[in-house]
Amino acid sequence: MGDCMTTMLIIIIQIIFFLALAPLLAGWIKCCKCYMQNRSAPSILQPYKDLNKLFLKQTLQVDGASWIFYATPCILFSILLVACTLVPGFILNTSLNIGDAIVFVGLLALARFFLALAGMDIGTAFGGMGSSREMMISALAEPSLLLIFFIMAMKAGSSNLSIIVSYITQTSFGIYIYPSFIFIFLSLLMITLAETGRIPVDNPTTHLELTMTHEAMILEYSGKYLGLIEWGAQIKTMLFFVLISNLFFPWGIASSLTLTSIMLSLCVLCGKLFLCGIVIVLIEAVLAKMRLFKAPYFLCIAFALCLLGILSHILFET
Amino acid sequence: MLENFTGIFLGFSLACAVLSSVAPLCCWKNFNGIKLTHTILLGFSGVSALIYSIVTLVTHTSYQFSLPNNLFHCSWSIYLDSLSAFFIAIISLITCCVVFYIPSYLRKHEQSRQSLLQLTFFGGLFILGMYLVVLANDVITFIASWELMSLTSYFLVTYQHNNTENRNAGFVYLIMAHLSGLFILLGFGVITKFSHDPSFLSFQATTLPTNWAVISFVLAFIGFGIKAGLVPLHVWLPKAHPVAPSHISALMSGVMLKVAIYGFIRFVFCLLHQIYWQEGLVVLLFGSLSAVFGVLCALTQNNLKRLLAYSSIENIGIIFIGLGLSMIFFSAQQKVAALIALIAALYHCLNHAVFKSLLFLGAGAISQRTHEHDLERMGGLIHRMPYTAITFLIGCLSISALPLFNGFVSEWLTLQSALQAMLLQDGIMRTLIIITAATIALTGALAAACFVKVFGIAFLGKPRSRHARRANCTKIDMQIAMGVLASFCILFGLFPNFVFDILGKISSKLIGIAIPNNLFTNWLWLVPTAPHNASYSALAILLLVVGTLFATYIFGYLLKPIKPAVVVRPWDCGFGALNSRTQYTSTAFAMPLRRVFGGLWNITEEITQENSAKTFYKLTLADRIWQSFYARLGKFMSATTKYLAKIQSGSIRAYLAYMFFTLLFLLWVIA
Repeated sequence: MGDCMTTMLIIIIQIIFFLALAPLLAGWIKCCKCYMQNRSAPSILQPYKDLNKLFLKQTLQVDGASWIFYATPCILFSILLVACTLVPGFILNTSLNIGDAIVFVGLLALARFFLALAGMDIGTAFGGMGSSREMMISALAEPSLLLIFFIMAMKAGSSNLSIIVSYITQTSFGIYIYPSFIFIFLSLLMITLAETGRIPVDNPTTHLELTMTHEAMILEYSGKYLGLIEWGAQIKTMLFFVLISNLFFPWGIASSLTLTSIMLSLCVLCGKLFLCGIVIVLIEAVLAKMRLFKAPYFLCIAFALCLLGILSHILFET
Repeated sequence: MLENFTGIFLGFSLACAVLSSVAPLCCWKNFNGIKLTHTILLGFSGVSALIYSIVTLVTHTSYQFSLPNNLFHCSWSIYLDSLSAFFIAIISLITCCVVFYIPSYLRKHEQSRQSLLQLTFFGGLFILGMYLVVLANDVITFIASWELMSLTSYFLVTYQHNNTENRNAGFVYLIMAHLSGLFILLGFGVITKFSHDPSFLSFQATTLPTNWAVISFVLAFIGFGIKAGLVPLHVWLPKAHPVAPSHISALMSGVMLKVAIYGFIRFVFCLLHQIYWQEGLVVLLFGSLSAVFGVLCALTQNNLKRLLAYSSIENIGIIFIGLGLSMIFFSAQQKVAALIALIAALYHCLNHAVFKSLLFLGAGAISQRTHEHDLERMGGLIHRMPYTAITFLIGCLSISALPLFNGFVSEWLTLQSALQAMLLQDGIMRTLIIITAATIALTGALAAACFVKVFGIAFLGKPRSRHARRANCTKIDMQIAMGVLASFCILFGLFPNFVFDILGKISSKLIGIAIPNNLFTNWLWLVPTAPHNASYSALAILLLVVGTLFATYIFGYLLKPIKPAVVVRPWDCGFGALNSRTQYTSTAFAMPLRRVFGGLWNITEEITQENSAKTFYKLTLADRIWQSFYARLGKFMSATTKYLAKIQSGSIRAYLAYMFFTLLFLLWVIA
């Protein structure tokens, strides 16, 4: 019973962690990007102000929308929060988990399913275009994401993300330098760019409808609905950053529930996330957005890296 | 005591199935009489079959019965064990749900030129045939009921035979079904050569020499593969399923394909019981091929029922992936892994039966209300048919293998069993299995894209045709049928352990090991191998989702914006007046993926301009497999038969001479 209570507590802490810090991470990325582009940056707290503005703004309800349109922001947001609980954040809980890496991928797909439906609900050309493109990109990204988890699962003997992380922390230096891990690290980096809608696959700040993917789907949202979706997108970005930093560099993650270790691991994780943000901004700064039909090549490279990862895992590392 | 009980219910359900086809004949032109007698008797048959199958599954008893068959000096024997009881349960569950649907659905056929009697007569016999295939315990009974199933379904496919396309589809189906029967008979024949007895009991006792075992496996794989719709033997499936009336399509796609899977499982795991890893690999590869090919073809279809038919190919592929994994692990003596893979395959059989019937019934409801089969002429139905929309959405979520719904559980189990590949010694095999797992992921993601398209185009947006604009609600009994199936989608997704438990016992009998103790730990958690390896608790996830959803809703409700919401027109870039023609179409939605996987089809795009005002775009996708093999084979066959037809001179003397020489030849053969 006590075990169950701690699990619940960890889940709630983790959800609050993601809720609170996702906008900060988005603000940090924006600041770094402005610095790279020699622009003066907005305050790092700007995303919080934006969310506040959106939540208090008048909502424009679109003519002809069905319940799918209005339910989607809530569904999307709550599913992303549940996905947060499956990823080891700053506390490592190796007890029975409610889902493993495959469930994590499935939850992301479920959120995306509803978002794509919402894009088609109004019956504008942009919404359908966004949904169609999003489904193409995700269909090509999902196999690679699953393969990444599979390789790790074969290493650790478990597809539970927490157990994978604890397996890696137990190796010397707490980092796993094997060719297969280098390949899948690169692949996960590419998948992150695709899944979170960043350059070179999609441009989150675009104002041209025809080049949009994610933004085209949510074009009709406004007010608090848009606020929830924006917040959800920030949480999803943070989710992938946490994955990258904890699966490959799980230093400092708290495995016991003492206050000092938790505070320490919280600080370390925030540091890792900020570093991760800088890396992503560097990648975004040196790349240009690709044409839509170049994106499959990008994702194929990610898949090929996974295949190399499998081959090197099986040939050299067993 | 229990045997008598099972026997009575079994006999009652078979008798009701026969009566449901014969009794309506007495009503002749009284439409209500026909529908009522047919559905009530079919319902009785389904309910009693469901009762005895569930009792057999829970108590793990078996039942057998035989009648003398003097023609072949053996007996017509039936045998009910837990494997056949599971498949009987699938057949009867779907039948029970479909029964609610039939009376209202058949209303649209009352005024057609074909008599309803054709549908009810062959429909009852079709279900009887499926029951008997699953129950058969010797080759003669099996083949006879297999033929009953195939022939009656041919008449159901060609029900609306004044349409050329339907006759064509029926013809292809008939040929393929008989090829399938032929291969299966040959496969059985090989074993009979060694067992000297056509009963399945003696099959289990015989061990074949390796090469003959492989030959009989290949024959049976082709035979059952044709009927199940494995690529490249699938050509009949996307032709035959869309043209049958929707409740028949639901039965054919949801149930008949499962009967073929049953045959394959029975043949490989029970009768042949010599499994080599090469065979498993072949099954795995053809399964993956079918899964990816099926979903890609489904994605590009605009005809709703053909799309669903192609998606059946995909799901059959996933089931065969599970079976292939199980065979590979079995031959490598990794029996626990084999057990999980077999459970995954059986679970997917059940799931696919439920959600595919639901989707076909939904497609039937749409076609009844809008008279449209083409996605491009639907749209906005969520406003007109809200109930159908919800049930159809549940079907779409399930088939796309999304968490909380049933499709996810079986794909999750398949992926978990693929992860057991690390137990194998052979590196190449491990690589292949992991890549297969990636194809399952690809299939799942493409299926999600496909069903976003289906739901988005058919139910969301603006109506694309006059009929769609004027559609009205479906009848309450059709809604009940779909509602029951949809609730099964959710139940099997949220409480997988009960099904997993039953399937575990069936599979452990087939694999021949006792169930490991750590397999069934908790009713809340699904733990296939060990708790630290992988766990999935749909109920806990649902609770979390509901909790966060509630919190989010309260949060949104508490927010008090400065001004109240207003209703506005959607963003039209300032050009004004968006209409149903400016929406994304089904063809356009599939375009990016069609372009990425373009090599699969012969794509021809034509743009014709009639005058300056009207431009037409025509897209044709030709199936390369059909073009490169079946079309050529057909041409060759018709050329050969035309040549051979020369002996049909038409004069009676020639025929007498043929008979005489044939008789001489046969006498010579015997002597």
